[in-house]
Amino acid sequence: MSTLVLLTLTGLGLGALYFLIASGLSFIFGLMDVLNFAHGALVTAGAYAAWRLTGHLPFALAVAVAIVTGAGLAALIETVLIRPLYSRPKDQILVTVGLGLALPALVQGIWGADARQLQPPRQLAGTVSLLGAKVPTDRFLLIAAALVVLAALKLFLSRTRYGLVVRAGVEDRAMVTALGIDVRKAFTLVFAIGGALAGLAGALGGVYFGSVSPGQGTSLLVFGFVVVVIGGMGRTDGVALAAAAVGLIQQFTNYYAASGLGDFAAVAILAVVLLTRGNRDGIQRLIRRAA
Amino acid sequence: MILELDDVRVTLGGSQILQGVSFTVAPTGVTALLGRNGVGKTTTVKAILGLVSRTGRIAFAGTPVQRLRTHEIVRQGIGYAPEDRCVFAKLTVAENLTLAERRGADHAYDLVYELFPELKARGAQAVGTLSGGQQQMVAIARTLLNDNRLLVVDEPTKGLAPKVVTEVAEVLERAAERVPMLLVEQNLALVRRLAGDAVVLAAGQVVHRGPVRDLLGDAALTRELLGVGKAA
Repeated sequence: MSTLVLLTLTGLGLGALYFLIASGLSFIFGLMDVLNFAHGALVTAGAYAAWRLTGHLPFALAVAVAIVTGAGLAALIETVLIRPLYSRPKDQILVTVGLGLALPALVQGIWGADARQLQPPRQLAGTVSLLGAKVPTDRFLLIAAALVVLAALKLFLSRTRYGLVVRAGVEDRAMVTALGIDVRKAFTLVFAIGGALAGLAGALGGVYFGSVSPGQGTSLLVFGFVVVVIGGMGRTDGVALAAAAVGLIQQFTNYYAASGLGDFAAVAILAVVLLTRGNRDGIQRLIRRAA
Repeated sequence: MILELDDVRVTLGGSQILQGVSFTVAPTGVTALLGRNGVGKTTTVKAILGLVSRTGRIAFAGTPVQRLRTHEIVRQGIGYAPEDRCVFAKLTVAENLTLAERRGADHAYDLVYELFPELKARGAQAVGTLSGGQQQMVAIARTLLNDNRLLVVDEPTKGLAPKVVTEVAEVLERAAERVPMLLVEQNLALVRRLAGDAVVLAAGQVVHRGPVRDLLGDAALTRELLGVGKAA
């Protein structure tokens, strides 16, 4: 029983990280048709921002800086590099892939290739006893953060005008502009929100893994894409469920089958989803975009 | 003239769809844009709105707009009801209308709900679950919500049942009393009822301009230009 509880909460914690990464990716692709391969670099940027400041600033403030770093970088990337390339998808992919390689390389150049230990505050370092299991406290933080983000995203999408523009833009971007709306502002906003969540994922990922490393964001990004494809483009609930499912399947497979098999299981689930069920529009768009 | 097109050209996927289209839209009444399938009527409409890249000159109320982006052109006062409606299926009726509200303008919900009482009753319903006729009403309502100086309406009766066509015609007639309209339409009975002037396209060029009654009153000309056996 205690193993089950521990695996479930650890899986959900990992799923929470995936959700933070995938929800941004999903809206960026749903609205703008941009496959943002630089998203993992934003996670890394957030992770290093949190790592640099932990110990100097209160942890919450370090996380806030990580969020702002992600949002600022994302907004900069969108306005300077992506915006001129909206009608040139292949060049766009080259730019985001390039950034996805260059930014972690820059981080590696400055702080080295080795993982750096991130010392979380004492309140997060311990464990909580739950149904006989000693569950690391940070798992609860991750799950709570993902739930807050999920609720906030849903409120943003359902209650604000920009949320309405984003939902409509995911359906038919051209028609949104034909109603007299400057959809580019929504693009920048969605990129910034995605970046903020990536920054948050970076900081919390540092806590979850206990360290930060230059390639951490890129490794997480792979599963972010898996979650987006399973959950659906621009679907918050779908992405949340898919993230939880992928996190749980990975943890349980790693424990009950063989360590390392969890990654394979996630990709296998992706294959099954691709082969068997709907969301074909989104997947076809994704494949067309990548081709 | 509320709208002037001069030598507008559009190339899509390597083929020249519009080959120098020039015409004007009168500041009152309905101007019908006619022609057989595939002659470039919808492309002309999209060129006006900047939804396809084009060359040539387009002036709206005397102001050149060909260098403006779509949302800037629309904000000059154009209401657009596209072919196939392009309503947002996953959004509710009320959300579709809210999205169409332009800032700084009064929103004519009274008029919209007077013309389409059903839309008020179905405000919370997802547009994707409405009938084709109801979706068309949402598309037209979006254009009437703002204080527009021109309506551009592309095939509003396409795929609709005859009874619904009559309802849409009545609404368009009411709208045309208030604001000039450029109407793309295949239903010649409707064109005869609504439109004063006609512009006919063939192979991406204007081949005829003049009063609708002269065109539709001449069976041979109608057959030649529009490919129909008899004028409706």
